[in-house]
Amino acid sequence: MAIDSLVLGAGQEVGKSCVVVSINGKRIMFDCGMHMGYTDSRRYPDFSLISNTGDFDNALTCVVVTHFHLDHIGALPYFTEVCGYKGPIYMTYPTKALAPLMLEDYRKNMDRRGEDEQFTSDHITECMKKVIPVDLKQTVQVDKDLQIRAYYAGHVIGAAMFYAKVGDAAMVYTGDYNMTPDRHLGAAQIDRLQLDLVITESTYATTIRDSRYGREREFLKAVHTCIAAGGKVLIPTFALGRAQELCILLEDYWERMNLKVPIYFSAVRNFDRSLINAPGPCVLFATPGMIVGGFSLEVFMQWAPSEMNLVTLPGYCVAGTIGHKLMSGKPTKIDLDKDTQIDVRCQIHQLSFSPHTDAKGIMDLVKFLSPKHAILVHGEKPKMATLKERIQSELGIPCYCPANNETVTVPSTHYVKADASETFIRSCLNPNFKFSTYSSVDKSYLDSKYSKAASGLQVSDERVAEGILVVEKGKKAKVIHQDELLLMLGDKKHEVQFAYCFPMHTERLQKTRTEELPSADTLLCDLDKCTLINQLSMKLSNELSDANILDLGEQLQVESFRVSICSKNSCPHRLSHSVHNDSESVFLCCHWSLRDEKLAWKIISIMKSSSPHTT
Amino acid sequence: MKFTCLSKGGGFHFSPCHMLNVSGFRILLDCPLDLSSLALFSPVPVAHQAHESLDTDSVIRKKQKIEKTLDANDLVHAEPWYKTVKNLHLWDASFIDVVLISSPMGMLGLPFLTRTRDFSAKIYVTEASARIGQLLMEDLVSMHMELRQFYGPEDSCFPQWMRWEELEVLPSELRKIALGKDCEELGAWMPLYSAVDVKDCMRKVQTLKYAEEACYNGTLIVKAFSSGLEIGTCNWTINGPKKNIAYISSSIFVSMHAMDFDFLGLRGNDLIIYSDFSSLDKNMENDDTYFDPVTSSSGRDDVSNLEEMAASLLKDDESAEEIEKLVFICACALDSVRVGGSVLVPIDRLGVVLCLLEQMSLLLESSSLKVPIYIISSVAEELLAFTNIIPEWVCKQRQEKLFSGEPLFAHVKLIKERKIHVFPAVHSPELLTNWQEPCVVFCPNWSLRLGPVVHLLRHWCSDPNSLLVLESGVDADIALLPFKPMAMKVLQCSFLSGLSLQKVQPLLKILQPKLVLFPKDLSCKIQISEANMIFLFSENETLRIPSSKESTDIDIATDLASKFRWKTFKQETITRLEGELFMDHGKHRLLSGFQPANSKQQRPLVHWGSPDVKVLLTELSKMGISGTIKQVTDDAKSEDDAKSENAAAIIDIHDPEKALIDVRETGTVIIAANENLASHIVKAVDIVLDGI
Repeated sequence: MAIDSLVLGAGQEVGKSCVVVSINGKRIMFDCGMHMGYTDSRRYPDFSLISNTGDFDNALTCVVVTHFHLDHIGALPYFTEVCGYKGPIYMTYPTKALAPLMLEDYRKNMDRRGEDEQFTSDHITECMKKVIPVDLKQTVQVDKDLQIRAYYAGHVIGAAMFYAKVGDAAMVYTGDYNMTPDRHLGAAQIDRLQLDLVITESTYATTIRDSRYGREREFLKAVHTCIAAGGKVLIPTFALGRAQELCILLEDYWERMNLKVPIYFSAVRNFDRSLINAPGPCVLFATPGMIVGGFSLEVFMQWAPSEMNLVTLPGYCVAGTIGHKLMSGKPTKIDLDKDTQIDVRCQIHQLSFSPHTDAKGIMDLVKFLSPKHAILVHGEKPKMATLKERIQSELGIPCYCPANNETVTVPSTHYVKADASETFIRSCLNPNFKFSTYSSVDKSYLDSKYSKAASGLQVSDERVAEGILVVEKGKKAKVIHQDELLLMLGDKKHEVQFAYCFPMHTERLQKTRTEELPSADTLLCDLDKCTLINQLSMKLSNELSDANILDLGEQLQVESFRVSICSKNSCPHRLSHSVHNDSESVFLCCHWSLRDEKLAWKIISIMKSSSPHTT
Repeated sequence: MKFTCLSKGGGFHFSPCHMLNVSGFRILLDCPLDLSSLALFSPVPVAHQAHESLDTDSVIRKKQKIEKTLDANDLVHAEPWYKTVKNLHLWDASFIDVVLISSPMGMLGLPFLTRTRDFSAKIYVTEASARIGQLLMEDLVSMHMELRQFYGPEDSCFPQWMRWEELEVLPSELRKIALGKDCEELGAWMPLYSAVDVKDCMRKVQTLKYAEEACYNGTLIVKAFSSGLEIGTCNWTINGPKKNIAYISSSIFVSMHAMDFDFLGLRGNDLIIYSDFSSLDKNMENDDTYFDPVTSSSGRDDVSNLEEMAASLLKDDESAEEIEKLVFICACALDSVRVGGSVLVPIDRLGVVLCLLEQMSLLLESSSLKVPIYIISSVAEELLAFTNIIPEWVCKQRQEKLFSGEPLFAHVKLIKERKIHVFPAVHSPELLTNWQEPCVVFCPNWSLRLGPVVHLLRHWCSDPNSLLVLESGVDADIALLPFKPMAMKVLQCSFLSGLSLQKVQPLLKILQPKLVLFPKDLSCKIQISEANMIFLFSENETLRIPSSKESTDIDIATDLASKFRWKTFKQETITRLEGELFMDHGKHRLLSGFQPANSKQQRPLVHWGSPDVKVLLTELSKMGISGTIKQVTDDAKSEDDAKSENAAAIIDIHDPEKALIDVRETGTVIIAANENLASHIVKAVDIVLDGI
């Protein structure tokens, strides 16, 4: 069994996120985004790789969209309405509510730029009708075998990470996420899951960001300086997400500093254009972000030529956009197209207010989930390579960063199903304190238990070894307890044991014994037997610190090993009778089972070493 | 598994309550309060009057137990107590492991449990139920505070009215409320919990999202699916290693406000606990509906397609009927306000109220009457705001509103337009300045004993133009007792509060359980002809349900299984297990754990069969060990039986060292002084014996 991940977009780049994962016969498309940097066919994922006949309904089990950003959802109306996918689509309630606004906003901008219309307003409406909304943590049974579940991702409102499980194989696709809470969103939350694969974004694969307060201060200072000098501030953002956070921040600041400069917010609704060139300072949030066109471009063209003005770019800008050009270096002129050139004299301020996790966050998440494999998408190639190395070396998790249209295959977990008998389960559940007696072995084992990141309730230790797996032709495999085996096979048990009866010189051990007592073993009274055993017991407990030694008076027991003083004249377990008449010796009769072979010989050697006169 | 029905409840506001024992865990299903028994007490304004009329005459009459028609003086004039589930106090709260709450009404009694010492159960409630339930409890506490201010603090912990002498002189109707049918329910009365108890209770509650999996103790997985009755109400699935249980509380297939009954989510469970008693209440009134499944489901029998069957369950006129009811109420209300009367709606069903608000304001608008709608409740504002942020718990049509950018319920808009006014109490200053009559008022409590309704009813009860809209199920005679004589019109209306009996059969057909637990009281009204086994339950009777599965499923990791050392016998292939056994999400899993190299037992520990001494000797000689067989003849049996030559023998090993092997029918004893030699002998014994 294997999991195949076909990366249709966001492989070693940012934009048009789309990964198709085949897992135990189910095929899930995670995200269906568009690339903001292209205007030709490269803007969409190459759907023909999913099915060259175009029969997407049979090729895919479902589509899952993590959040409403266009690089994650932009191609969805095209895929459903133009390519004709009719299967189920899942997204969270807020995403379903907000996605049509984002798509409509984008479509209008395309219109204004005079590009070919890729999908119509009706397409968006029709597409959204096919969407099945899910609640966070809701476990959705897509079909008999496939289960998906959304977890809070904290990237934008409604953003989710998705967990998918088919049979025993399970994986998580993170989408975009944020591991540090900000002014309007919390940090990503996910359960500890047993996963074969995690596909994570890696926008900031190498960046470790400083504290939020520093960044906020810097941003406010830049804005304040500009408006104090009478300039205009342009903040190109997408309608939702960062814009809200910056609004909260600015409003708070305005109130504290008692500023009266107007803050405008132009989103989907029409904005009074006369305000653009109205005199005096102002702050304007304009859509779309990254200055890919539309209103933000319109304003940018007007404001860019003045040194007094400021353009603040919050977050990430995809290669190919004007935002990206502004951020990479300080250009003085930008060619919009053949005929239009913009003079850029305004100040540029770059903000790392991105709602993406930084490198530490990615490492933390991957470590927390500890999947068997990891795939990086949604990042820049060289940085991803660095992060990949870190994940492999620091976490010991095989990691891949495939390019677009490449497939990564990883093995998936598979369990052998068996029926366990009641006796076996009960013997495993029973608090059987054999544990402590096995501690010589278990000490290292205990430490390792904590280093191992397996979740769940551990119910057994060595008791599992009492279970026996029986496979019979044409029947389901069965796990039974070893005591039940013979009953099942219809055979009788044959006990294999060891026994050894050996003489021992008692002088050293029995210092308390008086000289006048005659020959040893015949007259050895019970009391003396006990003292002898007692002394042996003391001796053994000194040598074997972690063995559980039971002193039963006339007998000593360690696990299945028993030793007693043999008073018989001819013990069947005696090999030599030569020392029989040695008055200073007693015979120690031992027997033990196979299980404790090593232990038994160790005890015998200890007992023997205590009396040097043993033959 | 054991199941005990503690109470079959009564109507929408008093959910059934059960105790379930599964996989060694004790689960309490719901913990409601019987608010209908509040009817025993007199509400504030009447009590004032009653004190004056407490003359000796009436006392004597009471003592003589002269049966007469009830009047307001018969009611108990004291700070009310509250009746919990009657059999619940017989159980030790500290032994409950899990509490599952299926509706906001089902958690009203929860603070009584959570405040007991040693209560440590995990309480699972859906997010929406928890929030609404909390608001209901807070409202209850605040309404009770009002009464308490009137009656003053209780002197002793044992109230006057609970004395036997007092109870004995109660009229029979009221005595039935106080003591129950068999005079056994007095122990269920409790003084109300405090606001602190409610807060404390909510802290102990674990809220769940829609269909979120919650795992208790690694063993039980519980999941909530919408039941359609109200916003946030749910049915539960409980999955353990040996049992899959679905608990069906009162459910409605198609609702006007809440998310539909998600019965498909309940599929695949072996056992169904059917606990929808709503048809019991309905049929008490009109006892004509014996439902014959044969005639009505004959048409459906050939519908083998599951989807068609599911569709036929959802395709329904029930919700249309409900809309008609609402329209009728609105029409009656309109008639009243037209003639200058006011309308009082003490209905505490959130969904019904929300729909009524929409309908009513629409109708008032179209009739161009300027009649204000007031909502008076200490928690109304929060409740109304909350209903607009839980799209996952409202019906499909309203979800669509979210996606087209509208509010889920119209009241948001109506409040903004000042068509609906929300006030926390009758004495709030905003209300006094805004008040105008005629008007339509929605306020708690349906028992007509607590809250703003008491004051308003006193105000309007003598106005023949005014209208009181009551839920059916309320005993109107007793409920209206303090307000008599009533000139006000009363409209009693029943709302859909559960599955209808004719849908039980098709529902079970879709769910295909192996076992069904069904209420005995309902079983006479319906025949369940399915092949499923049916257990009938009645109140306070413990049912033992045999386990359907003999063995437990266990998953063994493939990488571990591939490392097993297999041995093949006649038919079976067997191996000793390794690894670590985990219990996770109700599943037993055997995973490869850390194993120290020396702990690996290479050698079989259990042997069977009987060893052939000669073969053993040959095996030993292959290892360079030689010995001779010393037949032991003192065993009489071995002499007689020619075949059992190998039954009892001693092998004398003399090379390389002296050793003995005592071979008998049931066991072999190896006697050697040398560890190395002994282990070689064991190896030889392993070869001649079967073992693992």
